[in-house]
Amino acid sequence: MVKSIVIAGVGGQGTLLASRVIGEAATSKGFDVKVSEVHGMAQRGGSVITYVRYGEKVISPIIPLGEADVLIAFEQLEALRWANYLKKGGLLISNTQKIDPMPVITSRMKYPDDIINVLSERIENCFFIDALEIAKKSGSAKTVNSVLIGRMARDSEIDKETWLHSLSKTAPAKFIDINIKAFEEGYNYGI
Amino acid sequence: MKQLLLANEAVARGLYEAGVKVVSSYPGTPSTEITEAASKYNEIYTEWAPNEKVALEVAASSAIAGARSFCAMKHVGLNVAADPLFTMSYIGVNAGFVIAVADDPGMHSSQNEQDSRYYAQAAKIMMLEPSDSQEAKDFTKKAFDLSERFDTPVLIRLSTRVSHSQSLTSLEERAEIPLKDYVKNPQKNVMMPAMARIKHEVVEERVLKQKEFAYESDLNQICIKDPKIGFISSGIAFQYALEAMPNASYLKLGIVYPISEDLLKKFASSVEKVYVVEELEPVIETVCKACGIHVTGKEILPITNEYSVELIRNRIFGEKTFNYMDGYDMSLVPKRPPVMCPGCPHRGLFHALKKLKLTITGDIGCYTLAALEPLTAMDTSICMGSGISSLHGFNKARGDEYMKKCVGVIGDSTFIHSGITGLIDIVYNKGVGTVIVLDNSITGMTGHQNNPLNGLDISGNPAKQIDLVLLAKSIGIERVRIVDPFDIDDTVRVVKEEINMMEPSLIIAKRPCALLKTVKYKGLVAVDREKCTKCRACMGIGCPAISFKDNQIEIDASLCNGCGLCVNVCRFGALKKKEE
Ligand SMILES: Cc1ncc(C[n+]2csc(CCOP(=O)(O)OP(=O)(O)O)c2C)c(N)n1
Repeated sequence: MVKSIVIAGVGGQGTLLASRVIGEAATSKGFDVKVSEVHGMAQRGGSVITYVRYGEKVISPIIPLGEADVLIAFEQLEALRWANYLKKGGLLISNTQKIDPMPVITSRMKYPDDIINVLSERIENCFFIDALEIAKKSGSAKTVNSVLIGRMARDSEIDKETWLHSLSKTAPAKFIDINIKAFEEGYNYGI
Repeated sequence: MKQLLLANEAVARGLYEAGVKVVSSYPGTPSTEITEAASKYNEIYTEWAPNEKVALEVAASSAIAGARSFCAMKHVGLNVAADPLFTMSYIGVNAGFVIAVADDPGMHSSQNEQDSRYYAQAAKIMMLEPSDSQEAKDFTKKAFDLSERFDTPVLIRLSTRVSHSQSLTSLEERAEIPLKDYVKNPQKNVMMPAMARIKHEVVEERVLKQKEFAYESDLNQICIKDPKIGFISSGIAFQYALEAMPNASYLKLGIVYPISEDLLKKFASSVEKVYVVEELEPVIETVCKACGIHVTGKEILPITNEYSVELIRNRIFGEKTFNYMDGYDMSLVPKRPPVMCPGCPHRGLFHALKKLKLTITGDIGCYTLAALEPLTAMDTSICMGSGISSLHGFNKARGDEYMKKCVGVIGDSTFIHSGITGLIDIVYNKGVGTVIVLDNSITGMTGHQNNPLNGLDISGNPAKQIDLVLLAKSIGIERVRIVDPFDIDDTVRVVKEEINMMEPSLIIAKRPCALLKTVKYKGLVAVDREKCTKCRACMGIGCPAISFKDNQIEIDASLCNGCGLCVNVCRFGALKKKEE
């Protein structure tokens, strides 16, 4: 069994930290792990996707299209753009935040206004959450990633203690507390 | 103990364990983290050189002087360093010398998709290619042994997906390798025609010996499973192929130059049908075909772009992938190209230049994003340094009068890398162009490396800061101006004056990168609805925090960093800083 998680967002939103937390948690559970990150040009506000895979033996660090167990999207348009990574029955967890890309800012294109509907109609297993609002309440807009990881952690085979430990190890020292708060909010969201 | 490491970090760990003493590199995605990680080991002297040619010469000469040495660069960096590379092949080494070069299939952060394996072939330098982090570390250590054994530099080829993937890597202790004796030996270390003629023979013999080694070496692996289908591959393409064809037999090449023809024949004779799965150029395929082995490769797999598991499945087995979005018109999904960050100093400069409707010869760095909408303020960008030499080319093609409508732009790190020679060309050959150095006090594009213009070394310790004004004056530029790119009126005025001067001129646009920790703008910008005329002039600067929604200008508070550039752009005073 290999678990494949795609994390999609906008450069600067903290997707890298999210993939590192998942990688750390899986490693500490003794899994074989591969994490693929994006550095360089795309980080400048572009569309960014990172991959995490763990299991007994992981071969390619890049997840094939149509084979992800989970897609964590940090932004609606990015959820739509990368939904083709999900396997049949895969889980989509998407932030409801919208960030206009340049073609929309310059009015050359329209931001699709029915994304949640389009995705809900096609994907049986999807979940939308206002992670930005929750993050702000937890102390910083920068903890969106912890909210989303928290929501994902609830449905994972890795225990909560391990997640919290990995988050503390990975988050910047000054912000551990608010990240843990954000994680808890995500974990308990809607229950 | 195993650790999750980027392959770039694993290469650095390999340097540490191999007893390396000197590392000199120039940053370039996806190679940068190797040298950054190496700089964390106190046992290794590490530096950022002004460019790859200098870096390679420094590291090569440390090896000649007796210390295990290393340098890293991106694929196009090897173009810059090609001159010393080819001759170092003749000279060889004393202590081990290894060069890592990172290709970028798919061009995630590059201006071309060249395949570095051709450099190994052309310079006759052994090249190893790891496919994950453990191999990145192991191959790095092996490379030093091979370098010393065959008296040659050794290349390590990486690619974006290997360099920027983390996988589990076991760590070992550092081997303390004493300095080798340095003995004066001009026959070996001074390459003049008489010495080089002898050395060229040595290089040819070395390649033959390395092929014999490659036949035996466990860096190359044969695994026979299904005898009906086999593939030959290396690097990340091997991982994709293995996942796509888990039951196929394979030959995995860890040594991608030189390739042992006998090894290829041995593998081909034990399977019925052979595919060559290699990203970019048909390098392995060409060797196969030249020695009469029937293989399938670029007939069905592309030369362009990166590969994937699904591409291989599709092209070899005709398999289709599942897609939830089948039937949805993806052309409705707006692309999200990278943009200059909120607060980026480059935005101010290009806004000013756009107003002047100039022809702008550009260069490579964060500022290349000015070529995109809405600024669209760049006419050319070839490679590092070209911003200045292209301006001179326009000057000589279209005459001095045309320079009244032209400027060349270049970043601070890029200027030091290869802009100075272009500037000397303008002065020496009576050019009249205006060059603007975008001095944001950092090498931005590659993720914040210090450089000789910001007065800090690789570890953040103080270093001598090059004085750009004195430098320009010393090469004969009489006119040097300094502007703040956020003061748009002043920038427009100064640029106008300089382009009309009919002599070489340098403008330094000085304001630090907004992502530097030292940069803190206070307060956020808010819109005064009464005063806003909805002229949308503020949208012309292309700040991701500003948008036009529900028929009014909106500033996204989660993106705005309070730089205030838009406040200067609004002629109606409708944008104001509100202190927090
Ligand atoms: C020969 C070569 N080496 C390295 C690179 C990678 N690279 C692209 S731009 C750049 C430097 C950017 O720094 P700077 O000129 O200061 O501009 P900034 O990004 O800070 O605006 C580097 C190292 C390259 N494209 N070509």
